[in-house]
Amino acid sequence: MRSNKPNHFRSIFAHIVLIILSFLCLFFFYILFINATRSHADLQKGFSALPGNYLLKNLSNVANDGTFPMFRGILNSLLVSGCSAAICTYFSALTAYGLYAYNFRLKKIAFTFIMAILVMPTQVTAMGFLRLITNMGMYDSLLPLIIPSIASPAVFYFMYSYLQSSLPLSLIEAARIDGSGEFRTFNQIVIPIMKPAIAVQAIFTFVGSWNNYFVPALVIQSKDKMTVPILIATLRGADYMNFDMGKIYTMILVAIVPIILVYLLLSKYIIAGVTLGGVKE
Amino acid sequence: MKKRVVSILLIMAMAAGSLAGCGNSSGSDSGSGSGSDSGAAADVEEGKVINIYSWNDEFRQRVEAVYPEVKETSSDGTVTTLNDGTEIHWIINPNQDGVYQQKLDEALMKQADAAPDDKVDLFLSETDYVNKYTDAEADVAMPLSDLGIDPDTDLADQYSFTKVTASDTEGVQRGSTWQCCPGLLVYRRDIAKEVFGTDDPVEIGEKVKDWDTIKDTAEELKAKGYYTFSSYADTFRLYGNSIDESWVSPGESTIKVDQKIIDWVNDSKEWLDAGYLDKNVKGQWNDDWNKAMGSASKVFAFLFPAWGIDFTLKPNWDGEDGAWAVTNPPQEYNWGGSYLHACTGTDNPEHVKEIILAVTVNKDNLLKISKDYADFTNTTSGMQEAAKDDSFSSEFLGGQNPFEYFAPVAENIEIAPLSAYDQGCVELIQNAFSDYLQGNVDYDKAKTNFETAVKERYPDITEIQWPE
Amino acid sequence: MKQKNKKIDYSKWGYLFILPFFACFFIFSFIPLVDTIRYSFFEYYRSGIKEIGPNFIGMENYASLLGSDMLKYAGNTLILWIIGFIPQIVIALTLAEWFVDARLKIHGTQFFKVVIYLPNLIMASAFAMLFFTMFSTNGPINSILMSIGLTSQPIDFLGTAFGTRSLVGFMNFLMWFGNSTIMLMAAIMGISPDVFEASELDGCNSIQRFFYITLPLIRPILAYTLITSIIGGLQMFDVPQILTNGQGTPDRTSMTLIMFLNSHLKSRNYGMAGALSVYLFIVSGILCFIVYRMTNNEDPDGSKAAAKKAKKQRRG
Repeated sequence: MRSNKPNHFRSIFAHIVLIILSFLCLFFFYILFINATRSHADLQKGFSALPGNYLLKNLSNVANDGTFPMFRGILNSLLVSGCSAAICTYFSALTAYGLYAYNFRLKKIAFTFIMAILVMPTQVTAMGFLRLITNMGMYDSLLPLIIPSIASPAVFYFMYSYLQSSLPLSLIEAARIDGSGEFRTFNQIVIPIMKPAIAVQAIFTFVGSWNNYFVPALVIQSKDKMTVPILIATLRGADYMNFDMGKIYTMILVAIVPIILVYLLLSKYIIAGVTLGGVKE
Repeated sequence: MKKRVVSILLIMAMAAGSLAGCGNSSGSDSGSGSGSDSGAAADVEEGKVINIYSWNDEFRQRVEAVYPEVKETSSDGTVTTLNDGTEIHWIINPNQDGVYQQKLDEALMKQADAAPDDKVDLFLSETDYVNKYTDAEADVAMPLSDLGIDPDTDLADQYSFTKVTASDTEGVQRGSTWQCCPGLLVYRRDIAKEVFGTDDPVEIGEKVKDWDTIKDTAEELKAKGYYTFSSYADTFRLYGNSIDESWVSPGESTIKVDQKIIDWVNDSKEWLDAGYLDKNVKGQWNDDWNKAMGSASKVFAFLFPAWGIDFTLKPNWDGEDGAWAVTNPPQEYNWGGSYLHACTGTDNPEHVKEIILAVTVNKDNLLKISKDYADFTNTTSGMQEAAKDDSFSSEFLGGQNPFEYFAPVAENIEIAPLSAYDQGCVELIQNAFSDYLQGNVDYDKAKTNFETAVKERYPDITEIQWPE
Repeated sequence: MKQKNKKIDYSKWGYLFILPFFACFFIFSFIPLVDTIRYSFFEYYRSGIKEIGPNFIGMENYASLLGSDMLKYAGNTLILWIIGFIPQIVIALTLAEWFVDARLKIHGTQFFKVVIYLPNLIMASAFAMLFFTMFSTNGPINSILMSIGLTSQPIDFLGTAFGTRSLVGFMNFLMWFGNSTIMLMAAIMGISPDVFEASELDGCNSIQRFFYITLPLIRPILAYTLITSIIGGLQMFDVPQILTNGQGTPDRTSMTLIMFLNSHLKSRNYGMAGALSVYLFIVSGILCFIVYRMTNNEDPDGSKAAAKKAKKQRRG
């Protein structure tokens, strides 16, 4: 109460910084949008600050190319990313809860182990992964893009940290006394408390999976199973025959729209979740 | 001939662990019936699926255009049905990040164990790495003679350098192309008129006929504020195509950097420092390079084969048609080309043979491709006719018939000796010396950087020799 | 934490709950990992389409890697990571604090929150492509700079080590600061409002509040941010790869470890790639161990201790 003035200045300062940062962030989207509205020939002439009128043409070029299943790709990506986000957050929460709420002999070892594998770069095991997938008969299927996300050490660690700071064990005790089964306790009491954490990680997982090129490029073969990043690479890899930057930018634009939609949907949920507050000590 | 194909099939079938007895009976069947009606015999023994590996739809379009057996292609472009019901399955992987070769290599490694309909039947390769697949020891691309194609008679009309390119070290031809890519010098008529007072291809051709002459010409262009070429990468192919010895000799693990490559480095440095090249354009296939083809650019000429003019220069040019013209380059060179290979172990040798003949040998088909797709095709006599045929002239080049210039270049191309390491060597040496040319590192550091990079790419390389 | 139910043994539930994670990890990561480690002791690569090896050669791959420029690339990676991370964490912490500070009365919080996270949504490779175009010598940034007279000659951003590294750092910053902000904000909002109320009553100013209350309380999430960022930094690949066309130009000064690994994978040198992976694995393990100890050990239950302290203060 006593220091209103400094707050006023800080507030102005904060707004200025935020506006600059937002400008930086939006600037690139603006450029992407501009580029998507211009034809390849226009793009080669140089940069322009104003949009062209080629967006619809670019869009129909991308969408009507029979050899380029854009909608199918977006569906595949939605499926893979959606499932990944769902099972990744659920199982990570489950694992985190398992390690947080129960005491068992291997608990410490299990925790240390997950912390150790947290740092493993995915590229390291890529070749072995591919061999394994092929032997399991899952080559060229979407499953290997989804199932491995059950074991996401980073998400687990986030969930664990979150549980530590927001789930009192007394609550579980209370649930037990009320006769709730362990699994039900998790689904009906723990999950709602973890909503904010789940929403945050769901976004991250979704985006990560949506943008993943490395693994799908290894695993996916047939056109009707391709995800968006592979399609973009296909466009970029298209050689002199049909190299069209306008198409590429349009495809990138198309690729980020669903993500932004999902993000906007979930972001509301996060804020709501966070302000609910959960149970505190 | 037929019998031979069958016997090879048989050997393969046995190697793959199929039933030898079954193979035997079908072998004798087709042996007896093969005299006149080869189509029927093919129906009996050929697989139902032809798998073709490629990196884009170009080859599919060529097949659809000229292979008479094509009935229809599914709307997503993945399956083409032939009149006899056989399906061609197109397996397309982008060249980007080497995905195509990676996928193809995996498939080839599994070829022996794959079910007949999953076997690779036909695959494509580019000049840069064709040698990797025609290698005799690897034996993934069938010798054409095993298919029943005699390179000496059947392919007599093909340009000889394309035949050399598609052959292994023993000279056995293991691939064939419809396309050959002799390169020309493409120049801006308006700049030519302003600087030299003429845009006549013959006179300009005189001014760029060899490296010494073109250097004087470059000085003239510079005096008027123009660059001769956009970047040092533009000239690389001309030097790189004329090396005397392959980068790596067969059976060795030493890279020998040819004197011609060092010449390229030294000349490029000289040209760059003298201001004959645009310093802001660093390499090809980037934005700056594309812009150098626009009307605002100060670049006089580019070095392009037929596809380069139609698919790179044309889309990047923002002025009127007729602003460019072609003439002879300072040195004959070849840039690009896709080769077709019948894959060892194919269960559709007859179809594969037919496709190869239809797309890469039949002269009428090749002329049709030249006309419809602006490819310079692999028929010596056909291209000579095209050179004299005004219907091949190009609007974009102001009515000039480029084949007039392409044809003699194609005949004079001496293909540089190839090795399986070419793709990496060519790419990496340009990258390493790019730093040197831009003044970021000194000459010796560029050499070391090349050595490091090339050993990373090819673990079996033990030594790099530089010319004295 | 140590409350145990003495009557019923719940430990089987613990095992059951963590089972899917471990089963999945074992199949999809552990088996390939063992594969990778095994091959690191072999000479095993492709020459053309011929497979050479696997021949057992012991530690030779490891030795020859030490003799290569690996350490230089590790240095590059570290530099690139720091250039991006320092501004990222500073800005993220500041923003997170601002957003939850009701006294600042930030307008359009929702809008800003949404916007700053946006760059993270776009594919790193697409983002790098955009940057490459924009900062090329004839690109829009140069034409803007020249038209407002800041420079007469186009600046060759990607031609110098400083320029390229700064761009990579800047891109990593832009892509990740929103992500960190949201994460830290969630952490700060997870702190009981009581604690803040208490501090308010005790007359904390916002800076004190930030350093003595917020920071210790969000320590676990902060550690998480740091660790994930270190891992992300070690795995830095897409951005410098696309920006420099896989070459780490100029003079390999922006070649990162994963780009180095990628060039071995590209040449199908499983042996060398395996050995490099093992090095990476060890290094990242050590780094994370240090961070983990740093953030947890001196105050094993940091959050609760702080919370209790705050409560005591209030009571007292």
